[in-house]
Amino acid sequence: MKRIIAVIRQEKFESVKKALIDAGCEGMNVSEVKGRGRQMGIRESYRGSSYCIDLIPKTRLELVVNDEDLERILDVIVESAHTGEVGDGKIFVSDVAEVIRIRTGERGSDAV
Amino acid sequence: MVMLSTGDTAWVLIASLLVLLMSIPGVAFFYSGLTKRKNVLNTMFLTFIAFSIASVIWVAYGYPFAFGDVSINGLISQPAHFFMTGIGINDLTGSIPTILFIVFQLTFAGLTAALVSGAIVGRMKTSAWMIFIIAWVSLVYIPIAHWVWGGGWLMQMGALDFAGGTVVHINSGVTALALALVLGKRKNPSLLPHNLGYSVLGAGLLWFGWMGFNGGSALAANGLAASAILVSNVAAATALITWVLIDTVKVGKPTMLGAITGGVAGLVAITPAAGFVDVPAAIIIGFVTAFVSYYAIYYLKSKFGYDDALDVFGVHGLSGVWGAIATGIFASPAINGAAGLLFGNPNQLTIQIISIIVTAVYAFVVSIILAKILDKTIGIRVDEKEEIGGLDANLHNESGYRL
Repeated sequence: MKRIIAVIRQEKFESVKKALIDAGCEGMNVSEVKGRGRQMGIRESYRGSSYCIDLIPKTRLELVVNDEDLERILDVIVESAHTGEVGDGKIFVSDVAEVIRIRTGERGSDAV
Repeated sequence: MVMLSTGDTAWVLIASLLVLLMSIPGVAFFYSGLTKRKNVLNTMFLTFIAFSIASVIWVAYGYPFAFGDVSINGLISQPAHFFMTGIGINDLTGSIPTILFIVFQLTFAGLTAALVSGAIVGRMKTSAWMIFIIAWVSLVYIPIAHWVWGGGWLMQMGALDFAGGTVVHINSGVTALALALVLGKRKNPSLLPHNLGYSVLGAGLLWFGWMGFNGGSALAANGLAASAILVSNVAAATALITWVLIDTVKVGKPTMLGAITGGVAGLVAITPAAGFVDVPAAIIIGFVTAFVSYYAIYYLKSKFGYDDALDVFGVHGLSGVWGAIATGIFASPAINGAAGLLFGNPNQLTIQIISIIVTAVYAFVVSIILAKILDKTIGIRVDEKEEIGGLDANLHNESGYRL
């Protein structure tokens, strides 16, 4: 089982979420984060003073998938989150040791 | 000889400030709470800039063309006193200073312009909004104000509009619809208020300020002003309760958004009637108007597919129509001399309907023309990237929250 953490543009979240649901992936948790990669920051101006806001609001999606679904889901995320401009975000994949569904006690792939 | 009444003047001075409060910051908060977070500042900006533009136009040539001493065929005034030159500090209009009457009316012009912004949030270019407001105040608001209040033909015909059912609410509602149609739908037309608390705050300021809007229209510190305030509160409260009950039946639970929308709808509907009807009539007016605007928002909008984002047409336009009709039905001579259908004067209802149709058609047609001209010349809609990224960041380089 694999954990996928995707940091994507805020305005892309709705289409990514929809694409994931269409692909059969309904469980996820979402948080709002600030971050930067190579994107230069956004400019904000107040009373003549201009600031480069280094930390840009992004949306962080976390989901856990079975190994056999990993590549397919990664493709779904990349395709729906992509714009081609700097700031599209990154995806991180890591191993998951155990997954448990609290309600039923199921473990492993069945709980994903 | 009419003399200055310090009581009347004090009240209308305060009432003017109350109407100012409705726009600044009442409407700004009411609307911005309902929009997406990324557009909160732009939504407030639309109100502030519209009010400001209307204010300057009003003193430059607005008041002269709307409320001059002589009406040219009932269509527009023979203007004088551009930029208020020649109006004396001690000149009187009735028992209050002329300057005060100008101030009071200025706040009405500003509010009407600000109200229109609710339909177009999230997708209109700032330059287009500003130019539209300049043209619209000049070509729509000023003539209608003249026709209904400034001695123009609707007033001569006997149309009753105590505080602005036609001039403010039908006018802004229909204009909003026209603009929304030319602008087109937002990419994401969902109504997910980012800060409903702001809207509650805004609605509270509106309710509070409305007491000056309706009460001040008596232009005197007297029983009529008190009666206007009394019936306004009753209509608002009745409409709020009714809306809450409709919500409970239709969607299962009462909602805060429904409550404040109901309250505002009640205030809109009572506006033309406030100085003409009694308490029982006000209760009926409030009760019925909840159904009128509820239907407009929940059914009409989805049926016809127009993106009147914050329901300016549904609330201000249509509750304004009902209020103007109701004035023709319930006007009681005991309150302010005018008689409606229920008091043996069916003609009043006919006159009201004419004034509604004239105002609505004129405002709609001219607004569509102005919007289309603007769209063909400078374009009125922002581009897709700006719309999706948010207007605060793209049009203002600001953000409303720093979390």
